[in-house]
Order: sequence, then structure tokens, then C-alpha cells
Amino acid sequence: MTGARLELAGLSKDFRGLRAVHDVGFTVPAGAIHALIGPNGAGKTTIFNMIAGVHVPTAGTVSLDGRKISGLRPDKVCDAGVGRTFQIVRPFRGLSVLENVTIGALHRRPHLPDARHAAEAILQRLGLADRRHQPAESLTLPDRKRLEVARALATEPKLLLLDEVMAGLRPTEVDVMVAFLRELNAQTGLTILLIEHVMRAVMALAAHVVVVSYGEKIAEGTPAEITRHQAVLDVYLGEEEVA
Amino acid sequence: MSQDFLLSLAQAVSKGLLTGMVYGLMALGLSVIFGVMRVVNFAHGEMMVVGMYLAWMAFDALQVPPTLSLPLVAVLFFVIGYLLQRTLIQPFITRPEHQQFLLLLAVGTLLANACLAIAGPDSRTIMLDSQFDSYELGPLVLDAVRVHAAVVAFAIAALLWLFFTRTRTGKSIRAAADNHMGALVVGLDVRRLYAITFGVGAACVGAAGALMITIIPVTPFLASEYTLLAFVIVIVGGLGSLSGALLGGLLIGVSEAVAGLLLQPSLKSMFSFGLLIVVLLLRPQGLLGRKEAR
Amino acid sequence: MSRITPRVMGGLAILLALLLVAPALLGGYGLSVLILVLYFAYVGQAWNIMMGFAGQLSLGHALYAGLGGYMAAGLYFHYGIGPWAGMFVGVAAAVAAAAVVGYLGFRFSLAGVYFALLTIAFAEFTRIGFDNWPWTGESGGMFLRVERGVTDVANLRGGPVLFYYVILFLAVAAFVLCRLLLESRLGRYWLAIREDAEAAQAVGVPVLKCKMLAVTISAALTALAGVWNAFYYNNLFPETAFAMGRSIEITLAPIIGGLGTLFGPFVGAVVLTGLGEIFTAVGDKLDIPGIKQVFYGLALLVIVMYRPAGIWPWLAARLGIK
Repeated sequence: MTGARLELAGLSKDFRGLRAVHDVGFTVPAGAIHALIGPNGAGKTTIFNMIAGVHVPTAGTVSLDGRKISGLRPDKVCDAGVGRTFQIVRPFRGLSVLENVTIGALHRRPHLPDARHAAEAILQRLGLADRRHQPAESLTLPDRKRLEVARALATEPKLLLLDEVMAGLRPTEVDVMVAFLRELNAQTGLTILLIEHVMRAVMALAAHVVVVSYGEKIAEGTPAEITRHQAVLDVYLGEEEVA
Repeated sequence: MSQDFLLSLAQAVSKGLLTGMVYGLMALGLSVIFGVMRVVNFAHGEMMVVGMYLAWMAFDALQVPPTLSLPLVAVLFFVIGYLLQRTLIQPFITRPEHQQFLLLLAVGTLLANACLAIAGPDSRTIMLDSQFDSYELGPLVLDAVRVHAAVVAFAIAALLWLFFTRTRTGKSIRAAADNHMGALVVGLDVRRLYAITFGVGAACVGAAGALMITIIPVTPFLASEYTLLAFVIVIVGGLGSLSGALLGGLLIGVSEAVAGLLLQPSLKSMFSFGLLIVVLLLRPQGLLGRKEAR
Repeated sequence: MSRITPRVMGGLAILLALLLVAPALLGGYGLSVLILVLYFAYVGQAWNIMMGFAGQLSLGHALYAGLGGYMAAGLYFHYGIGPWAGMFVGVAAAVAAAAVVGYLGFRFSLAGVYFALLTIAFAEFTRIGFDNWPWTGESGGMFLRVERGVTDVANLRGGPVLFYYVILFLAVAAFVLCRLLLESRLGRYWLAIREDAEAAQAVGVPVLKCKMLAVTISAALTALAGVWNAFYYNNLFPETAFAMGRSIEITLAPIIGGLGTLFGPFVGAVVLTGLGEIFTAVGDKLDIPGIKQVFYGLALLVIVMYRPAGIWPWLAARLGIK
């Protein structure tokens, strides 16, 4: 696993004339961890869905290591090296934890025993190994979040999109997840883009933060710069504290 | 085109419209049930046939004419539908579709074959005094029984519309259909509303059966045909849409009658199924249905 | 997805051995019942691929069985081409039909009930077409010549024992095939699609392609059942071959037995055929038309109410398998 560079240029999305995202552009260098923040309804998940191939952008492009991936089907985007989690977790409910991750691993390893082996290793790293034979629907929310990450990682992405994987976790669990992601990034050079409301995690992980509001990018910079940025403070005033 | 042909075409269309009105009432029942609780009543044609048999028995054994038996059948169907929903169907509301399908298939098998066991396989019909009466509308000759059936069907549909738009219960049912969670939050007794809905849907199809027996003889083997017919109508009109069910009924009634005139009788329903496929693919919400997130 | 343990393997071996010698042990009636069991187990296994594995509800599988049967029977009837060659044409026709139904349904993203209605519509449409196509004998039916006492394997003409071994082979082969499929990438992708197609696509599952494979493989297997059926009964009518009742009959064994399980279709076929035979006997005693079906409906009702997930998962738990 090595990271890939993600580049968004002039990205816009209209839903039946309703502008969800307008002219958003930013770059995540290979191996970096960036965060995408903004109030609810700002268009963060729409941006993710355009990167992941769920939505075709109305205008603009998404490229991975210089190769255009916008307009591809989600499974082709996964082929290209993008793994994603869903904000509202979507495990394969009736299947076991191990099967969930194995299905992700089958993407690069067509043989079931190999894929299962790879899945076991990932579950081990995420601390889900002792639950591997439980049905996914029996997991607690924090475990489901971890399962989302495990399944996405099993596809061996070069870019990992994490949509609010910290939400609903207790502070100690957040710290564990942060430590895991940091270690993963350090070991493999995997590029990570995360949407996150938990500022504690953003501050601890991201080298660079992009802020969107009403579908437009209003600021970007280091976490320290962002917390002093007037436009950001205005947006967040009364929303939730930054830092 | 000859005058004769145009006249027989007009005759077929008018006949189709009248029969289609009764089809519409039958389909209305299916549509109401699906629209509110997202359950496809695979026993719908069987319920229709039971309604036909009940009206036949009332007439044959007790000399009660359909005008009198219809309200009785409707009330009985309401009660049975209500109870059926409360006991059997409610636990299946949140279950997967194939389990609902199997449940209602079992109910349908029971109903149709109970009719067979009780009334036998022969086709049954009722002979009203008005059987051979007709109304003349210019050059058109309309069977009196068909006109009566259509008028009553329309009246029942109008009552239903009043129920859903003017009464508290009707409005609550619509609220529950639009937003299940919201209905629970504002304290509506959704289970009761569902039971009433199933009762109302059953009453529609029961009444349609009591009307249909005045037009067409009944056999137990008609059941699955009516189920299919009801599916076609509601999909064409829009699953869950009341006016759509009526429009679909009229459309299918006319298309069957015209196809019966122009083509061989065995090709009669080919057009209906063709229409079903086209509508499913191009406008799955039906002609009058609202688009829903799927 | 349990491993097949030595114990289960042993059980299966004994069962297979018994099935192989069954014609020598059973009388004509017993054999005819066993033939029905295997037929429903086989065709249920085929349907299960689509619904149980890939989660696509088809209520129009009579289309594929009917096409398979009519093509093979028609080639034999009109041109004397035996079913071993004819079945390829039958399978090809069914696969083509399945590709059309599947592609339209999946492309226009019809799901659940809507997809099921599309499958019904195509089956009905075809029924009416065949009812009016002279090559098929129209509604009057197509009849294959029956020669008593002659066994002609090349043309699949012969007594019940021949048909027994053919359907036994099909049932066993379908079981093995399903097991292999389920333990392959494609099988796991089907399960993923069944559970959540969007999440599946996000981990790289080519959803449309996998669904198309499910519907065409399922249709091909179902078409073989149709060929067997046509030559076993020697007659075909559009009214029954493409009937919704036929489609529904195909779905029952896997649903009753346990959707998505390998043993479910077999267990369901045993239970349903057994109940059917008992109810027929009772019905004949009572001599009331339809009473058999009343009992049958009641039995279905009881099973779906008390074992909604099917009999096999419950039975397996009791037997300590899995």
C-alpha cells in the first residue's frame, strides 16, 4: 500500500437545480492526512460521493495520481484505489464480521482463502478479531464504525475516505482510532481524507484542513490557522466549538 | 372505416369503461393497502372471488339481491380484513418481502380453495330481473347491470375519497402512510390505523366482487387472474395512488374490451402486460403516482 | 457459511448412496414421489441462486422452465432432434430471456416487488405469445409420443427410473455447483449485493455484472428442469408451463426450507412434497374438491408464521450442525 494524490478541481453538483456543491477545489498530497469540515448540510458528504463515484459531478473533475476518476462507477473508483466508509454505517448485516471484511479483501485477492486470511489480519489490527464470527448486525455502534474502516481497508486503497468515523465514539475510543489511523498512515503512506465533527480527532490527525459551508470552500490551512480564521469562526459561531 | 365498425368500437369502449370502473374499485383495495403499509396483497384476487361467491350465495340461497348484499359483504370484509391484519399480517409488516408474499399466498390458497370446497368447481352466476335491460345512449346500447355496477363502484370510490380527505381517521392514515416515524411521534396508533386500512382495502375488493358477480360468472380458478389484473392496474395507475387505480382500471377495462374486438380473445391481456412492462420500466411510479425514493 | 464437517459429509454420502439404490427399493408410487422431491429440490436450488444468494425476487421463473421445455420438446417433436442437443437451445433461449428481463430490471433499478412484477409480466407475456404460436401447438398443447417399454436414452424416452436418475444427477450437480459458487468470489459478491448493493459497490463489487450472472445462471439451470419436465410428462401447455402458479411452485421449497441455504431447497422439497402427498390422500378420502389445497394453504401459513426463516436453519441448529 502506498498513498495516492487526490486532486479536486472546480467540483460542482446540482440536484435538480439545487446547488449542493459549488466550485470546490483542493489537493491532498500522497501520504497526507487532510480533514474536510463544515457545518451540517455544507456538502461534505456530497463531495465524498463525487470522489467515490456515487454522484457524477455537474462540473469539475476528481483525479487520483493525475488520472481522472470522476464519472466512473463506484466499483471502478474502488478499482482505482479509493476506499470509503459511510456516514450512516452500512455493514452487510446478515453476514459475520469476518465475511464483511473478506468481501472487501476479495477485491484484490480473488481466492477466498487468501481474502479471508487478509481479512483476519485487518480485524486483528482493528481489535475486532474476537468478534469475527458475530453477525455484523449484533455489533455496537463503535464496533460497526471500526468494521466500516476494516472493510474499506481490505480493498487495499491508496486513498481512504472516512465519513465521520469518530461520531458516537467515547473520547478514549476516539484516541484509539486516531492512534490506529496515524500508525496506518505512517506505516503504509496511505492518503487519508476525513470528514469529521470531532475536532479533537481533526486536530490530532490532520496536517491540513479544508472548510466548506453552503457548498463552497471558505478556507483551508493548518488546524492552527483554521481556528483563527474569521470566516470559519463566523460559520461555527453557535454551532460547536472549534478546538 | 365503416360505420358499423366505429359503432362496435364505441360499444366495446363503453363496455370496457363500465367494467373498468369495477376493476378500478378492486384495484383500489390493493392500492390502499400497499400505499399505506407497503404490503403487496397477493391474496387480492382470492378475496375478490370470495366477495363474488358471498353475493352469489346470498342471492342463490336467500334471494338477497346484490344491492342489499353488497353493503353486508363490504362490512363483513372490513371486519375480517381488520382482524386479519391485527392477527396475521401485523407481525409481517417489517419482515422481508418474500415472507409477506408467502404469508399472503397461503391466505389466498386457503380462500380460493375454501370457495372450491364449498361451492364446487362449476361457474356460478346470478340472474337479475334487470339482466336483459339496457340503456340507450344515442346509437350505443349499454347493459343495465353494467351501468349499475359502474355507478355503484364510482360512488364507493367517492366515499373512499371523502373518508381519506374529510375524516380524522382517514387523514391520520394518510399521515401514517407519508411518514411512519412521524405518525408514531405525534402519538397516532399506527397499528390500529393499519388494521383499519386493511379493512378498508378488503371492503373495497369485497364490494367489487359483489358488483362483478352481476356482470361475470365466478369460478374459484379466476382468483389468480384477478390478482394479476389488480397488479397490472395499480402499477399502471401508480401503486398507492387512489385516482391512479381508477384510471388504471378504466384503461385496462377498455384495452381488454377493444383487444377482444380487434384481436383473438386469447390475445386480450397481451396488451395489458405489455403496458405493464413499459410502465414499470419508464414510469415505475405509475401514470398518476408520485415519485418516491427507492 | 459452515464448513462441511466430516459428520455432515458422512450423512450426505449415506443419503446419496440411498438415493442411488432407491429405484430398487421403492415401488412405482414411492419412486414417483421421490422424483417430485428431487425435481422441486433442483428447481428450488436454481431459483435460490437468484433470490437466496443475490437477493433478487423473481416470481416469473416459469418463463425459463417453459422456454427450456418448449424449445427442446419442439425440436424433438418437429425435427426429431433429441433433448441432449435440444437442451442447449432451450438453455440458450432461457438465458437470452433472463438477460433481457435482468438487464431491463437492473438497468432501470427496479427493486423488490417492482422487479418481481416485471418477472411476472414477462412470463405472462410469453404465455400469451406461445398460446398463439402455431409451432408450439398453441393452447391445444404439444404432445410427445410415448412408447411403452422402450428405453431410448439418446432421446430421453423411457420409464420413471430413467427420469429418476436424470433428475437425481441434476439435483446433485446443482447442489455441488451452488456450493462451489457460494465458496467463490462471485458467491460472496452475491451475498454482499443481497445485504446492501450500494455498500457492495463501494468495496469494488461490479453489481450489475454479478446480478446478470445470477439471473442467467439461475435461468439456465431452470431451463434444464423445464426440459426434463417436458420429456417426463410428455405434454406441454402454455397455460400451465408459463403460469404464475408454476413460478410460485418453484419458489416454495427454498423459502420453506430456508432461503439462501444449500440444504434449504432439498428440505423444503421433502416437506412440501410429503405434505402434498398426505393431503392428496386425505382429500381423496374426503372427496371434497379443493380440500387438499386448503390443508396445503394452512400448512404454508403455519410454517411461515412459526419458521419464517425456513425449516433448515432451525433443523440444523437442533442437529448441532453449524
